[in-house]
Amino acid sequence: MASTIRVRATSSGETTEVQALIQHPMDSGFVKDAKGEIIPAHFIQQLTFEYDGKNVFTADWGGGVSKDPYVKFAFKGGKKGDELKVSWVDNKGATDTTTAKIQ
Amino acid sequence: MTDVGFSATRRLILQGAGAVALVGLGNIPFGPTPALAAANDKYPEEAFKAKSEADAIKALYGKTAEPSDKVKMDAPEIAENGAVVPISVTTTLADVTSISFLVSENPVVLVASYKIPAGTLPNVANRIKMAKTSNVIVVVEAGGKLYSANKEVKVTVGGCGG
Repeated sequence: MASTIRVRATSSGETTEVQALIQHPMDSGFVKDAKGEIIPAHFIQQLTFEYDGKNVFTADWGGGVSKDPYVKFAFKGGKKGDELKVSWVDNKGATDTTTAKIQ
Repeated sequence: MTDVGFSATRRLILQGAGAVALVGLGNIPFGPTPALAAANDKYPEEAFKAKSEADAIKALYGKTAEPSDKVKMDAPEIAENGAVVPISVTTTLADVTSISFLVSENPVVLVASYKIPAGTLPNVANRIKMAKTSNVIVVVEAGGKLYSANKEVKVTVGGCGG
Protein backbone atom coordinates (compact mmCIF):
# COMPACT_ATOMS: atom_id res chain seq x y z
CA MET A 1 0.00 0.00 0.00
CA ALA A 2 1.26 3.36 -0.88
CA SER A 3 -0.42 5.21 1.99
CA THR A 4 1.76 6.84 4.60
CA ILE A 5 -1.04 6.57 7.15
CA ARG A 6 -1.80 3.60 9.35
CA VAL A 7 -4.92 3.92 11.45
CA ARG A 8 -6.59 1.63 13.91
CA ALA A 9 -10.03 2.67 15.10
CA THR A 10 -11.67 0.41 17.65
CA SER A 11 -15.23 0.83 18.88
CA SER A 12 -16.06 -0.22 22.42
CA GLY A 13 -19.76 0.49 21.85
CA GLU A 14 -19.85 3.93 23.50
CA THR A 15 -16.58 5.35 22.29
CA THR A 16 -14.16 4.80 19.45
CA GLU A 17 -10.44 4.81 20.18
CA VAL A 18 -8.23 5.93 17.34
CA GLN A 19 -4.50 5.36 16.95
CA ALA A 20 -2.64 6.71 13.96
CA LEU A 21 0.93 6.21 12.85
CA ILE A 22 2.22 8.19 9.89
CA GLN A 23 5.42 7.84 7.92
CA HIS A 24 7.01 11.27 7.74
CA PRO A 25 10.54 12.61 8.42
CA MET A 26 9.23 15.48 10.61
CA ASP A 27 12.44 17.47 10.10
CA SER A 28 12.36 20.46 12.42
CA GLY A 29 14.79 22.61 10.44
CA PHE A 30 17.21 22.78 13.40
CA VAL A 31 19.16 19.60 12.81
CA LYS A 32 22.40 19.47 10.80
CA ASP A 33 23.40 16.55 8.62
CA ALA A 34 26.81 14.82 8.61
CA LYS A 35 28.29 17.63 6.47
CA GLY A 36 27.13 20.28 8.93
CA GLU A 37 24.40 21.56 6.65
CA ILE A 38 20.96 22.29 8.04
CA ILE A 39 18.32 19.78 7.02
CA PRO A 40 15.43 21.97 5.81
CA ALA A 41 12.21 21.93 7.78
CA HIS A 42 9.81 19.29 6.49
CA PHE A 43 6.98 18.35 8.81
CA ILE A 44 3.26 17.69 8.90
CA GLN A 45 1.37 20.83 9.89
CA GLN A 46 -2.15 19.57 10.10
CA LEU A 47 -3.72 16.17 10.55
CA THR A 48 -7.49 15.79 10.55
CA PHE A 49 -9.90 12.99 11.37
CA GLU A 50 -13.43 12.98 9.98
CA TYR A 51 -16.28 10.71 10.95
CA ASP A 52 -19.78 10.89 9.46
CA GLY A 53 -18.92 14.13 7.64
CA LYS A 54 -17.85 15.82 10.88
CA ASN A 55 -14.42 16.68 12.13
CA VAL A 56 -13.66 14.66 15.30
CA PHE A 57 -10.03 15.66 15.86
CA THR A 58 -7.49 18.11 14.42
CA ALA A 59 -3.79 18.09 15.17
CA ASP A 60 -1.70 21.19 14.47
CA TRP A 61 1.91 20.10 14.55
CA GLY A 62 5.30 21.79 14.53
CA GLY A 63 8.72 20.31 13.87
CA GLY A 64 8.91 19.20 17.50
CA VAL A 65 6.73 16.16 16.90
CA SER A 66 8.77 12.96 16.59
CA LYS A 67 9.64 11.37 13.26
CA ASP A 68 6.96 8.95 12.05
CA PRO A 69 4.43 10.59 14.34
CA TYR A 70 1.98 8.73 16.53
CA VAL A 71 -1.20 10.07 18.07
CA LYS A 72 -4.03 8.53 20.05
CA PHE A 73 -7.44 9.95 20.94
CA ALA A 74 -11.03 8.80 21.38
CA PHE A 75 -14.47 10.12 20.47
CA LYS A 76 -18.00 9.28 21.53
CA GLY A 77 -20.01 7.22 19.08
CA GLY A 78 -18.63 5.57 15.99
CA LYS A 79 -20.11 2.32 14.70
CA LYS A 80 -18.24 -0.82 13.72
CA GLY A 81 -17.86 -0.94 9.95
CA ASP A 82 -18.22 2.82 9.52
CA GLU A 83 -15.43 4.78 7.91
CA LEU A 84 -13.02 7.25 9.47
CA LYS A 85 -11.24 9.61 7.08
CA VAL A 86 -7.72 10.73 7.91
CA SER A 87 -5.78 13.44 6.03
CA TRP A 88 -2.57 15.36 6.52
CA VAL A 89 -0.84 18.29 4.86
CA ASP A 90 2.81 19.23 5.43
CA ASN A 91 4.74 22.50 5.23
CA LYS A 92 5.72 21.76 1.60
CA GLY A 93 2.09 21.31 0.56
CA ALA A 94 2.22 17.53 0.22
CA THR A 95 -0.83 15.63 1.42
CA ASP A 96 -2.10 12.14 2.00
CA THR A 97 -5.52 10.76 2.82
CA THR A 98 -6.84 7.39 3.82
CA THR A 99 -10.01 5.88 5.19
CA ALA A 100 -10.14 3.21 7.85
CA LYS A 101 -13.00 0.99 8.89
CA ILE A 102 -13.91 1.14 12.56
CA GLN A 103 -13.39 -2.29 14.13
CA MET B 1 -1.09 -27.67 -19.09
CA THR B 2 1.28 -25.27 -20.74
CA ASP B 3 -1.71 -23.11 -21.53
CA VAL B 4 -2.65 -22.79 -17.85
CA GLY B 5 0.96 -22.11 -16.91
CA PHE B 6 1.17 -19.40 -19.51
CA SER B 7 -2.00 -17.61 -18.45
CA ALA B 8 -1.03 -17.81 -14.78
CA THR B 9 2.30 -16.20 -15.57
CA ARG B 10 0.55 -13.62 -17.69
CA ARG B 11 -1.79 -12.82 -14.81
CA LEU B 12 1.11 -12.42 -12.44
CA ILE B 13 2.81 -10.03 -14.81
CA LEU B 14 -0.38 -8.02 -15.20
CA GLN B 15 -0.87 -7.88 -11.43
CA GLY B 16 2.67 -6.69 -11.04
CA ALA B 17 2.09 -3.95 -13.57
CA GLY B 18 -1.09 -2.96 -11.77
CA ALA B 19 0.70 -2.71 -8.45
CA VAL B 20 3.42 -0.56 -9.98
CA ALA B 21 0.79 1.71 -11.50
CA LEU B 22 -0.94 2.08 -8.12
CA VAL B 23 2.28 2.88 -6.30
CA GLY B 24 3.06 5.42 -9.00
CA LEU B 25 -0.28 7.11 -8.48
CA GLY B 26 0.17 7.20 -4.75
CA ASN B 27 3.38 9.15 -5.09
CA ILE B 28 1.93 11.90 -7.23
CA PRO B 29 1.10 14.82 -4.97
CA PHE B 30 -2.55 15.61 -5.47
CA GLY B 31 -2.36 18.87 -7.35
CA PRO B 32 -3.43 22.00 -5.56
CA THR B 33 -3.40 21.52 -1.81
CA PRO B 34 -4.86 24.91 -0.84
CA ALA B 35 -8.33 23.39 -1.22
CA LEU B 36 -7.61 20.97 1.61
CA ALA B 37 -5.83 23.56 3.71
CA ALA B 38 -8.69 26.01 3.32
CA ALA B 39 -11.28 23.43 4.28
CA ASN B 40 -9.48 22.81 7.55
CA ASP B 41 -9.20 25.12 10.49
CA LYS B 42 -6.45 27.64 10.19
CA TYR B 43 -2.94 26.49 11.08
CA PRO B 44 -1.58 28.70 13.91
CA GLU B 45 1.57 29.81 12.07
CA GLU B 46 2.54 32.54 14.56
CA ALA B 47 2.23 30.30 17.62
CA PHE B 48 4.68 27.86 16.04
CA LYS B 49 7.27 30.64 15.73
CA ALA B 50 7.16 31.67 19.39
CA LYS B 51 10.37 31.31 21.39
CA SER B 52 8.82 31.34 24.85
CA GLU B 53 5.92 29.44 26.32
CA ALA B 54 4.12 32.65 27.32
CA ASP B 55 4.34 33.96 23.74
CA ALA B 56 3.19 30.65 22.28
CA ILE B 57 0.19 30.40 24.60
CA LYS B 58 -0.69 34.02 23.90
CA ALA B 59 -0.47 33.52 20.13
CA LEU B 60 -2.60 30.40 20.34
CA TYR B 61 -5.27 31.44 22.78
CA GLY B 62 -4.82 35.17 23.50
CA LYS B 63 -4.86 34.60 27.27
CA THR B 64 -2.80 33.09 30.06
CA ALA B 65 -3.08 29.69 31.73
CA GLU B 66 -3.38 28.86 35.41
CA PRO B 67 -2.02 25.61 36.88
CA SER B 68 -4.66 23.00 37.64
CA ASP B 69 -4.43 19.58 39.28
CA LYS B 70 -7.31 18.49 37.05
CA VAL B 71 -4.87 18.32 34.16
CA LYS B 72 -2.98 15.03 34.42
CA MET B 73 0.14 14.59 32.37
CA ASP B 74 1.85 11.26 31.92
CA ALA B 75 5.48 11.77 30.96
CA PRO B 76 8.67 9.88 31.78
CA GLU B 77 10.97 11.16 34.58
CA ILE B 78 13.94 10.47 32.38
CA ALA B 79 13.86 10.19 28.60
CA GLU B 80 16.87 8.30 27.30
CA ASN B 81 16.17 9.39 23.75
CA GLY B 82 15.05 12.98 23.32
CA ALA B 83 13.94 12.25 19.75
CA VAL B 84 10.99 10.20 20.95
CA VAL B 85 9.40 11.16 24.26
CA PRO B 86 5.95 9.69 24.81
CA ILE B 87 3.63 12.14 26.55
CA SER B 88 -0.07 11.83 27.20
CA VAL B 89 -2.62 13.98 28.93
CA THR B 90 -6.05 13.45 30.36
CA THR B 91 -8.32 15.79 32.27
CA THR B 92 -11.53 15.74 34.28
CA LEU B 93 -12.32 19.30 33.18
CA ALA B 94 -15.58 19.71 31.26
CA ASP B 95 -16.08 21.38 27.86
CA VAL B 96 -12.53 20.91 26.66
CA THR B 97 -11.95 22.52 23.26
CA SER B 98 -8.20 22.33 22.87
CA ILE B 99 -5.07 20.64 24.28
CA SER B 100 -1.51 21.84 23.55
CA PHE B 101 1.96 20.52 24.30
CA LEU B 102 4.94 22.83 24.88
CA VAL B 103 8.61 22.20 25.69
CA SER B 104 10.22 25.30 27.21
CA GLU B 105 13.83 24.53 26.13
CA ASN B 106 13.03 23.60 22.52
CA PRO B 107 13.98 26.12 19.77
CA VAL B 108 10.28 26.19 18.89
CA VAL B 109 8.43 25.96 22.18
CA LEU B 110 5.06 24.84 20.83
CA VAL B 111 5.15 21.22 19.73
CA ALA B 112 1.55 20.27 19.07
CA SER B 113 -1.90 21.73 19.49
CA TYR B 114 -5.03 19.61 19.24
CA LYS B 115 -8.56 20.81 18.61
CA ILE B 116 -11.15 18.82 20.56
CA PRO B 117 -14.65 19.16 19.09
CA ALA B 118 -17.72 18.38 21.23
CA GLY B 119 -18.03 14.61 21.54
CA THR B 120 -14.29 13.95 21.46
CA LEU B 121 -12.74 12.90 24.78
CA PRO B 122 -10.11 15.17 26.40
CA ASN B 123 -7.39 12.50 26.27
CA VAL B 124 -4.47 12.70 23.88
CA ALA B 125 -1.26 10.71 23.58
CA ASN B 126 1.61 11.59 21.26
CA ARG B 127 5.40 11.44 20.91
CA ILE B 128 7.51 14.57 20.92
CA LYS B 129 11.13 15.68 20.50
CA MET B 130 13.08 17.33 23.30
CA ALA B 131 16.36 19.16 22.70
CA LYS B 132 17.47 18.75 26.31
CA THR B 133 16.20 18.45 29.88
CA SER B 134 13.24 20.76 30.09
CA ASN B 135 9.86 21.54 31.48
CA VAL B 136 7.02 20.06 29.48
CA ILE B 137 3.83 22.09 29.70
CA VAL B 138 0.37 20.93 28.79
CA VAL B 139 -2.33 23.55 28.31
CA VAL B 140 -6.00 22.61 28.29
CA GLU B 141 -8.67 25.02 27.12
CA ALA B 142 -11.95 24.22 28.89
CA GLY B 143 -15.06 26.38 29.05
CA GLY B 144 -13.10 29.26 27.53
CA LYS B 145 -10.41 29.20 30.24
CA LEU B 146 -6.87 27.88 30.19
CA TYR B 147 -5.46 25.34 32.62
CA SER B 148 -1.97 23.90 32.65
CA ALA B 149 0.24 21.17 34.07
CA ASN B 150 4.03 21.12 34.24
CA LYS B 151 6.58 18.38 34.50
CA GLU B 152 10.35 18.33 34.19
CA VAL B 153 11.61 15.57 31.93
CA LYS B 154 15.32 14.78 32.08
CA VAL B 155 16.82 14.02 28.69
CA THR B 156 19.96 11.89 28.36
CA VAL B 157 20.46 12.29 24.61
CA GLY B 158 18.89 15.35 22.96
CA GLY B 159 16.50 14.95 20.08
CA CYS B 160 17.16 18.17 18.21
CA GLY B 161 20.94 18.46 17.98
CA GLY B 162 23.01 16.90 15.21
